[in-house]
Amino acid sequence: MDDNGHKRQLTIALAGNPNAGKTTLFNSLTGLKQKVANYPGVTVERKEGKWLLNGTTANLIDLPGLYSLDATSLDEQIASGIIRGDQPGIAKPDAIVAVVDATNLERNLYLVTQLFEFRVPVVIALTMIDAFEHQKHEIDVEMLSAQLKSPVVAINAKTGRGINELAEKVQKVVGIEPVVPYILDESADEAGPNGRIFSRYKFISNAVQESVWHSDHKQHQISEKIDKILTHKVFGLVILVAILLLVFQTIFSWASLPMDLLELGFGAAADFARVHMPAGILTDLLVDGILAGVGGVVVFLPQILLLFLFISLLEDSGYMSRAAFLLDKLMSGVGLHGKAFLPLISSFACAIPGIMATRTIESRRDRFATIMIAPFMSCSARLPVYTLMIATFFAGQSVLGFLSLGAVLMLAMYALGIAVAIVVAFILKRTLLKAPPPPFLMEMPPYRMPNLRTVFQNMFTRAWLFLKRAGTVILAISIILWALMYFPRSSDPLIVAPLDEQQAVQPESEQLKNSFAGKLGHAIEPVIQPLGFDWKIGVALIASFAAREVLVSTLSIIYSVGKDQNEESETLISAVRDAKTDDGRPVWTPLTALSLMVFFVLAMQCMSTLAVVRRETNSWRWPVFMFTYMTVIAYLGALITYQGGKALGFG
Amino acid sequence: MTLTELPIGCDARVISIKGTGRITRRLMEMGVIPGVGVKIVKMAPFGDPIEIRVRGYSLAMRRSEANAIEVSC
Repeated sequence: MDDNGHKRQLTIALAGNPNAGKTTLFNSLTGLKQKVANYPGVTVERKEGKWLLNGTTANLIDLPGLYSLDATSLDEQIASGIIRGDQPGIAKPDAIVAVVDATNLERNLYLVTQLFEFRVPVVIALTMIDAFEHQKHEIDVEMLSAQLKSPVVAINAKTGRGINELAEKVQKVVGIEPVVPYILDESADEAGPNGRIFSRYKFISNAVQESVWHSDHKQHQISEKIDKILTHKVFGLVILVAILLLVFQTIFSWASLPMDLLELGFGAAADFARVHMPAGILTDLLVDGILAGVGGVVVFLPQILLLFLFISLLEDSGYMSRAAFLLDKLMSGVGLHGKAFLPLISSFACAIPGIMATRTIESRRDRFATIMIAPFMSCSARLPVYTLMIATFFAGQSVLGFLSLGAVLMLAMYALGIAVAIVVAFILKRTLLKAPPPPFLMEMPPYRMPNLRTVFQNMFTRAWLFLKRAGTVILAISIILWALMYFPRSSDPLIVAPLDEQQAVQPESEQLKNSFAGKLGHAIEPVIQPLGFDWKIGVALIASFAAREVLVSTLSIIYSVGKDQNEESETLISAVRDAKTDDGRPVWTPLTALSLMVFFVLAMQCMSTLAVVRRETNSWRWPVFMFTYMTVIAYLGALITYQGGKALGFG
Repeated sequence: MTLTELPIGCDARVISIKGTGRITRRLMEMGVIPGVGVKIVKMAPFGDPIEIRVRGYSLAMRRSEANAIEVSC
């Protein structure tokens, strides 16, 4: 009760080691009533929900997964701040529910001893108890509770075992001054800062010895058997490659069916609006600005949902740590964590789900380094650009008599992206993201059947966060880009007598040329001329910031062949081939095409990626940095290609 | 000997952990403290990282970290 006699809402914090079953318990206690956000200024996720406790509602705060509370990592600082009541906007918790994995009691209890020292009432929720008993071990819950001088409840979030009892015990401990059940040996502190760790583990070993009876049945036997295959030096790698291929295949090609359907749907909506609304600026804004923008956002959903389905399954089953274990040597060579592999592979389909997938990497610096290089992986949106350039200038040629030049160039573009990514990662880890390397200490949890509810909840939370945070930015930039190409309006070619006949049939092309985007294209021409690009290519570069594949439709408009051409259409290919400068020289040479391809491998030509980086790093600094450094590298890459090629006598 | 020199499968005991930095502290928080039993379960395909078993659970670490752990078999 507060001063006015109202029943105060309780604040309960949920703490526990990673893999202890905390998320499953949180979902089961709060149902779908949860809020996900970031703590201000940092990337630590803030998850809250309402827990109905026999008649009252408590605000349940899901603390980040923790091994300790010594405040060495950001997660630990945030968590200890919340427990002390220092986190703005969150009341000091009235009690803490500590989730403890019964199959891994000693290490899980370490965090609990630290919680005791905060002198907040603690109730211990013992998870995985069924698995523990299945292994013929026994645990005396009452004895453990007596040892820890705190209530202990054996629970199973799936079957509902112990959930009511947990609520009762929590309500009972609120307001009771807790007792720390051991003496922190301060004299041990004189021996070094780690004396406290000894005291805690000494207490834990004793408490566990008193209350647990281990059978001879070897723990984790099944996991060890599975691991014999899954982390085998040969089979393990083969299976890993197969799983990565499956993930890649899914987001690269199977996601394209729902994506095509979404695109068809938005196309139909656009046609419908065109037919049923009066022609004019409002309709144009709705169709080319808003509908195109919203369509450009939701089109990513199939890939994001599918990738997070896989990630949740891989994480929940315990396989993700095995994959990181197998690949860590490879990735640590460039200063990255083993877990960076999956996000980077996914980025070959699309950097957006890839960057969102970096959440599995705990260390902030490792994670940011992975985010910063993910867009160098050649994504599917670059393919239409590569295809158009190859079809126009390199079709039918071969290397060494049997290799198609197109295939070699395509492979070279992928390789270039990877090579630059490695160099950038190497430099970043030694400059901006320099730090004493975080200890690579990774728990390998026993294999478990994934909890489907947790898996689906995670999938939809990610998708929703993408729509909410990145979607709004993408939509806003889409409308700005639309306005750049729409304004100022050219005089209506039907009213003003056309200067020549050709101009009359190309209002769209004329509009683009006279728009702000067209003027911008002219303005940047001196800068991009050394790369072999004229102002028309400049306009297409600006437009393709919406998405890389927009280059194809913009070139179609600007070369007056109609925007419905695709990258393989003969009309567009010959229009590009025949484009002439004012003095009659061809605009495009094979060298120009190569220079453009190199530019597209390296440039940050994707506002959606920037919006996601903003969301994932919780700051505009990183997306701005990403845009700047990638544009500089792309410029230099294209410059070297074009000028180097010219010096060697090509083009 | 250090943990990296320990043969696979051998039941060993931690004698000491070198250093006083963050890695040492983290290792101890994870339960790797002098006196505790450890054994190497396996190594990754390129010999690094290694997986150890301590206090009934599996922990992977790089050789650079394992080098700081002094054990006796």
